[in-house]
Amino acid sequence: MANPNGIGASVRRREDQRFLTGRGNYTDDFKRPNMTHAVHVRSPYAHARILGIDFTDALAMPGVVAVLTGADMEADKVGSLPCGWQIHSKDGSPMKEPPHYPLARDRVRYVGDAVAVVIAETREQARDAAEMVVVDYEELPAVGSSTRAVAGGAPLVHDDAPDNVCYDWHLGDQAAVDAAFANAAHIARIDLVNQRLVPNAMEPRAAMGEYDQSNGEYTLTTTSQNPHVTRLLMGAFVLGIPEHKLRVVAPDVGGGFGSKIFHYGEEAVVTWAARKVGRPVKWTADRSESFLTDAHGRDHVSHAELAMDADGNFLALRVSTLANLGAYLSTFAPSIPTYLYATLLAGQYKTPAIYAEVKAVFTNTSPVDAYRGAGRPEACYLIERLVDVAAGVMGMDKTEIRRRNFVPKEAMPYQTPVALQYDTGDFAKNLDIALPLVDYPGFQQRRAESKARGKQRGIGFATYIEACGIAPSNVAGALGARAGLYECAEVRFHPTGSVTVFTGSHSHGQGHETTFAQIVADRFGIPIENVEIVHGDTNKIPFGMGTYGSRSLAVGGSALVKAMDKVERKAKKIAAHMLEAAETDIEVKDGRFTVAGTDKSLGIGDIALQAYVPHNFPLDELEPGLDEQAFYDPKNFTYPNGCHVCEVEIDPDTGVTTIVSFAAVDDFGNVINPLIVEGQVHGGLVQGIGQALYENCVYDEESGQLVTGSYMDYCMPRADDVPSFTVRYHEDQPCTHNPLGVKGCGEAGTIGAAAAVMNAVVDALSEYGVTHMDMPATPEKVWRVIRDATPAPAPAMAAE
Amino acid sequence: MSCTVSMTVNGKTVSREVEERTLLVAFLREHLGLTGTHVGCDTSQCGACVVHVDGRSVKSCTTLAVQANGAEVTTIEGLAAADGTLHPMQAAFREHHGLQCGFCTPGMVMSAVDLVRDIPNPTEAEIREGLEGNICRCTGYHNIVKAVKAGADAMAGAQPAPVAAE
Repeated sequence: MANPNGIGASVRRREDQRFLTGRGNYTDDFKRPNMTHAVHVRSPYAHARILGIDFTDALAMPGVVAVLTGADMEADKVGSLPCGWQIHSKDGSPMKEPPHYPLARDRVRYVGDAVAVVIAETREQARDAAEMVVVDYEELPAVGSSTRAVAGGAPLVHDDAPDNVCYDWHLGDQAAVDAAFANAAHIARIDLVNQRLVPNAMEPRAAMGEYDQSNGEYTLTTTSQNPHVTRLLMGAFVLGIPEHKLRVVAPDVGGGFGSKIFHYGEEAVVTWAARKVGRPVKWTADRSESFLTDAHGRDHVSHAELAMDADGNFLALRVSTLANLGAYLSTFAPSIPTYLYATLLAGQYKTPAIYAEVKAVFTNTSPVDAYRGAGRPEACYLIERLVDVAAGVMGMDKTEIRRRNFVPKEAMPYQTPVALQYDTGDFAKNLDIALPLVDYPGFQQRRAESKARGKQRGIGFATYIEACGIAPSNVAGALGARAGLYECAEVRFHPTGSVTVFTGSHSHGQGHETTFAQIVADRFGIPIENVEIVHGDTNKIPFGMGTYGSRSLAVGGSALVKAMDKVERKAKKIAAHMLEAAETDIEVKDGRFTVAGTDKSLGIGDIALQAYVPHNFPLDELEPGLDEQAFYDPKNFTYPNGCHVCEVEIDPDTGVTTIVSFAAVDDFGNVINPLIVEGQVHGGLVQGIGQALYENCVYDEESGQLVTGSYMDYCMPRADDVPSFTVRYHEDQPCTHNPLGVKGCGEAGTIGAAAAVMNAVVDALSEYGVTHMDMPATPEKVWRVIRDATPAPAPAMAAE
Repeated sequence: MSCTVSMTVNGKTVSREVEERTLLVAFLREHLGLTGTHVGCDTSQCGACVVHVDGRSVKSCTTLAVQANGAEVTTIEGLAAADGTLHPMQAAFREHHGLQCGFCTPGMVMSAVDLVRDIPNPTEAEIREGLEGNICRCTGYHNIVKAVKAGADAMAGAQPAPVAAE
């Protein structure tokens, strides 16, 4: 009998109880005796020299405990925020890696760059005093966009990065691609922008530092997706604190989407400051501060070409991308437009030759790093827009050109020309499910019916694949990662049969407290209420790389399975002893250990009790206890894939685009909790739709001022901006290389959605001769495109 | 610079001396320790701070504590019954997976309860428009809409049958 709370069940979440009753524990909720509040003084200029900082008046303000600057950090030998991934350029030289200090020392390089911190009894007092800090800036010329950064004569963000280039990298076979283009019957071309976005998790970042003078231990409570990573980076590279003296706690975290992966300067500031002032120090960003200082996402400018033969078979793809990294290297920034982007340029297609070059540049803007999808949305958007252009060049139906070029299921495992090997996938099946689901044959009639109502209707497809379940350490290391990407789990049975699981994964909305418990309940046949999942505290959990890159089930869940395997092996030995049988005669099913062919049987609970009350225990063969730990390093990435279909109606008079339907058909391998998986898809879809129609993080090119600095100017998708969705998935292609057979689902919605929406928008505008427009397709932009394309009516005859 | 504010919060009378510029959300979070109400933005748009003041939903980040002087304030902590039974709207959010990270949830639930009091049988369009002032980054709103619909049905079902006129 299947466990009603086991794998495959839509178990309702246990964490909801505290979230729904206002008893979540987010970092800003914490209070400590004698706690102080920190407010950062930040540069209002995109680029300036710091000539001096006068904080005499600030120090005299009521409640102020201290004002600390970069000079104080330098005197205490505080280091630079490290970068976790090294990229080499085409010529073999390593990327430029300028220092990145938690508090700027002699120069500021983006609006928001922190120069000092004011610590006071209350937040209001700290704010008031921060306004009294006088920084003498010498303003310098700034560069606010990647295209300007590489234009001749642009100001230098870092003196030792000529032309503002961090690296100039490539991947693929340029000679094979050039040869294919020379013989191509048709070529499709596109220039496109994948615009900068602000992740905007609803909880602003926060950090609280504490120092215990009695034992020399530091504690950092922070809004992080990966507390162990933060502990390692901050302890080893920035503050020189050995790990056994540094505890990092990531409590309830209100969303991350990648922006809370990185080790930020504020974390180091509050930890260091707590020792200096001898009191806990808490900092919480306000939203404007988040806009300025959270790592941003995307910001690619690309040119791409697709060579085809006379029948529309793809022969080769060449891509050239300019990637904006911002003013400093955020923790994983260099890897996003390289190994998480270019390696996905095959898409679902069997294009035999691919060559991509990526130039990454510094600008006087906020650092750019991973944001939901991290490189894969950029790849999917480029390919799927280009394939639609190719369909136009060939005069082929957009689904047919895709189907013709899909990697067939029979070709799996498939080695792409861009390093990755796909393990499983049935791309044609996703399309076969999607087309009747959206009534594709009926589209032309719907288009005519919309037209009769004065509206332009379009349909757009995005057949995406992505690589997640990050990552096999040996691959990542060979490609420049400075860390392994395994995961850890400990399964601790208690004497009376309940279980605590310690996982290095971190839940900031994904529901691990429920889904991981389902996996344990399913394996051992115990009630789910008896399983507790603990995450987020480096003092409690052996080690972990955290949650991002859709890795929690694929990697964290696999570590959990390995630990459960170890528990089961030991339990079998104990059972054999208790049942007076040979170990080889013990059969295990749903947590019951039975002597084969008999009804002599024990539940895991009985075994656990014996293990902890070992009055009759084979002590010469086994230690007491039932508590096992495992590390799991993936053998490969996992490859979720799917087909997104979007149908839009555009009002030509207003330029407003309405999504009339959106369907997502996905392959996530095995599904542990359907309700949670669908929720992840919905959220991802809206972020992709947000990019396509609403969001845009804009800097003034010349001054480097952030123009879209709040929700007033940065349009977040709201409930009435998006529709309800049709979500389907199939489990016919489980992942072949992890024990759960899961592929991960956290980012897939974001990866396909923007391309599907823009393909639909361009399709809707095709009647006006439009073949491309850049995101976001705001009403004003769409209205202008229509106006510029529509010939003006002939002037009326002049009166005699 | 400072003054005394008194109000009833979740049924309990409270009185504190605060700076005049203290926002209601800061009063709740810092002075009363009711951290269920959250601050998500500084332009009064995200709705994470929504509470009920004298029965109407209000953005507590844009209300001074003194403006709530003498009022009945209900926060997310006061929505469930005294014995811990969830309010039908809270239960509906759980049943329909209308929350993920939970940060927007208190404000979302408080807005939804007030929405349903205004429109007892809301359509999907009315729900989406009614929640325009509450931003969620995690759920994509799909399940929130389902939850609010189910919560509305449950709240209607919980009404005592109308007493026939004499």
